[in-house]
Amino acid sequence: MNDLELAFHANEIRKGIIQGVHAAKAGHPGGSLSSADILTYLYFVEMNGIDPADPSNPDRDRFVLSKGHAAPVLYATLAEKGFFPKEELLTLRKVGSRLQGHPDMNLLPGVDMSTGSLGQGLSTAVGMALAGKMDQKNYRVYALAGDGEIQEGQIWEACMFAGHRKLDNLTVIVDNNGLQIDGDIAKVCSPYPLDEKFMSFNFNVIHADAHDFQSLKDAFTEARETKGMPTAIIAKSVKGKGVSFMENNAGWHGKAPNDEEYEIAMKDLEEIGAKLCQ
Amino acid sequence: MSVKVNLSGESKIATRESYGKALVALGEKYPELVVLDADLAGATKTEIFQKAFPERHIDCGIAEANMMGIAAGLASCGKIPFASSFAMFATGRAFEQVRNTIAHTELNVKVAATHAGISVGEDGATHQCCEDLSLMRSIPNMIVINPCDDVEARAAVAWAAAYKGPVYLRFGRLAVPVILNADSYEFEMEKAIVLREGKDLTIFATGLEVYESLMAAEKLAEEGIDAEVVNVHTLKPIDEETICASLSKTGKGVTVEEHSIIGGLFSAVSEVAAKRCPTKILPIGIEDEFGQSGPAKELLKLYKLDADGIYEKIKQFL
Repeated sequence: MNDLELAFHANEIRKGIIQGVHAAKAGHPGGSLSSADILTYLYFVEMNGIDPADPSNPDRDRFVLSKGHAAPVLYATLAEKGFFPKEELLTLRKVGSRLQGHPDMNLLPGVDMSTGSLGQGLSTAVGMALAGKMDQKNYRVYALAGDGEIQEGQIWEACMFAGHRKLDNLTVIVDNNGLQIDGDIAKVCSPYPLDEKFMSFNFNVIHADAHDFQSLKDAFTEARETKGMPTAIIAKSVKGKGVSFMENNAGWHGKAPNDEEYEIAMKDLEEIGAKLCQ
Repeated sequence: MSVKVNLSGESKIATRESYGKALVALGEKYPELVVLDADLAGATKTEIFQKAFPERHIDCGIAEANMMGIAAGLASCGKIPFASSFAMFATGRAFEQVRNTIAHTELNVKVAATHAGISVGEDGATHQCCEDLSLMRSIPNMIVINPCDDVEARAAVAWAAAYKGPVYLRFGRLAVPVILNADSYEFEMEKAIVLREGKDLTIFATGLEVYESLMAAEKLAEEGIDAEVVNVHTLKPIDEETICASLSKTGKGVTVEEHSIIGGLFSAVSEVAAKRCPTKILPIGIEDEFGQSGPAKELLKLYKLDADGIYEKIKQFL
C-alpha cells in the first residue's frame, strides 16, 4: 500500500473519530487524531493476521491501546479495516453500544485488550509478548502509550520487565503530542528526556514523525529487525492533527465539537481528502 | 449431614504451603498453567512450583501492579496464570489492576494471595491485610475463596485451575491444623459446609477460624450449649440456602473471621440474613482498627480470635 492510499485511510479514520465524538457529545478527539496515522500504518501495513473474519487467530499480531481514552481512533481504524460497519461509529458512548467510552475486548471483536485506566495496558502487552516467547510463536505485540500516560509508575515497571526479559517482539509507541489534560506535559510533570529513559530500561529507541508514513515505516522496520531488546518508538505528533482548531490545543483533549465546530472539522478533513485525490 | 472432622491438631500445615504443593500437581495436568510472583516466591511458596517448572514461573520483581497486567496479557493468550503476592499487595496495591484488567475483562487469572489476616504476626499492621475479602468481594465477576486447611486449600486451587475466569484465593502464613479428610472431602464452590450440627446458635467461620470455632463449640458443648458450625469457604458467591437454613433452625448467628468485620464474612452473612432470614448476628473479627506486631498465636488470643476468645464472646452474646 502506498503512502497516498495510507493517507486516504488515515483521513477517513479522522472523519470517523470526529463523527463518533460529535454523535456522542463526549470523548477524546485530540489524542485520537494525533495517533490516527500510527494506527493506519499498524493496521494497514505493519501488523500480520489482522482479519475481521478471524479476529481471535492465536497467531495474529496484537495491538494494545494503552492510552485507552483514544478509543475513537481504534474504533474508526477497525471500522475502516472492515471489522464493523462505519455507521456503528455513531453509537460511540451510547447506552448498549459495543463502542464503550474505553475499549472493551469482550464487546467488540478486534479489540485485543480492554484498556482505559492509564498505565495498565502496557503491562498486558508485555504479558502477551511473554506468552509469545514462551510458546515460541512469531507474533508481535504493539502498545500505544500517551506521553502523559507514561507519568504512571506502572509503565516503568512494565518497561523494566520487558527490557529484563529482552522482549524483542514488543514495540511500544509513545504518541508524543506534548499535551495532557492540564496542559504542556513538560510543565505539568515532565517525562523528558524520553529516549534516555527508555534506553536506560534496556530498550532500543527510535525517533519518528507520527504523521510521515515513510518515517513510520523506517521505525517499525527497525523495530522488527531489532533482536534481544524491545523497541520504543517516540513518535512526535500533533494533538488534534487534521482539524485546524483542534491542533496543538489541550482544550480538545476530552471535548466533543458542537454542531458548528463539527461542520468546520469535517470541512477541514474533506479538504485534506480532496487534495489527496488531486 | 455434618462432616467428620479431626480436631486433634496433630498435623499442621500453612495453607500457603498447600497452595505451592497443589500448583506442582496442577502444573503436570495443565501445560498452560503459569505462576507469577513479585519477589516473594519463598514466602508465598510458589518456589515449590518454580523448582518443578522453572520456565513457567515468572518472577516480576517487586512490582505487583505490573504483575497483574502481565497475568492478564498471558491469560488473553491462553495461559492459566496464578499471580501471587501477600494479600496486602495483591488486593491493596494492585486493587485497580485486578478490577480493571482481570475482573472487568473476565480473563482467566487466579489472584492467589498469602499472608492474609492478623495471623501474619510479627510483620505488623502494614502487612496484616484484614481488608482483602472486602475488596475482592466488591468486584463484579470475582469469585472469593478462603480455605480452612490443607485439604480444602489444595482442593480449592485445583477447582480454580479448572474454572475459566477470575478467582481470588486467600491463604495464610500460620501453620494450622488439618481438620478435613482428604479421602472423602470434595470441594464444591459456593457450597458452605456444616461441620458440626447444633440447635442453639450457628457459628459461621472462614479460613483458619473454622478450627478455632469448632474448638469453641466443643467448650460450649461442655456447658450444654449446642452450636452448629458452618465452614464458609466461598464468600462470593455466598451460599444463601445453607446460611438461611441454619439460621432458621438456630435463630442466632455468629461470624468468625481473621478479617475486618467490615466487608468480609460478617457482611456477607448479614447481607443474606437481612435479605432472606432476619436474625441477630454477632461479629467476631478485627474491629475497625489496625493490627500490630506479635507472634500469630498471641495476636489471635489478643483479638479474641482463638477458641477461648470466641467462646467468651459467644457466652456474652447469649
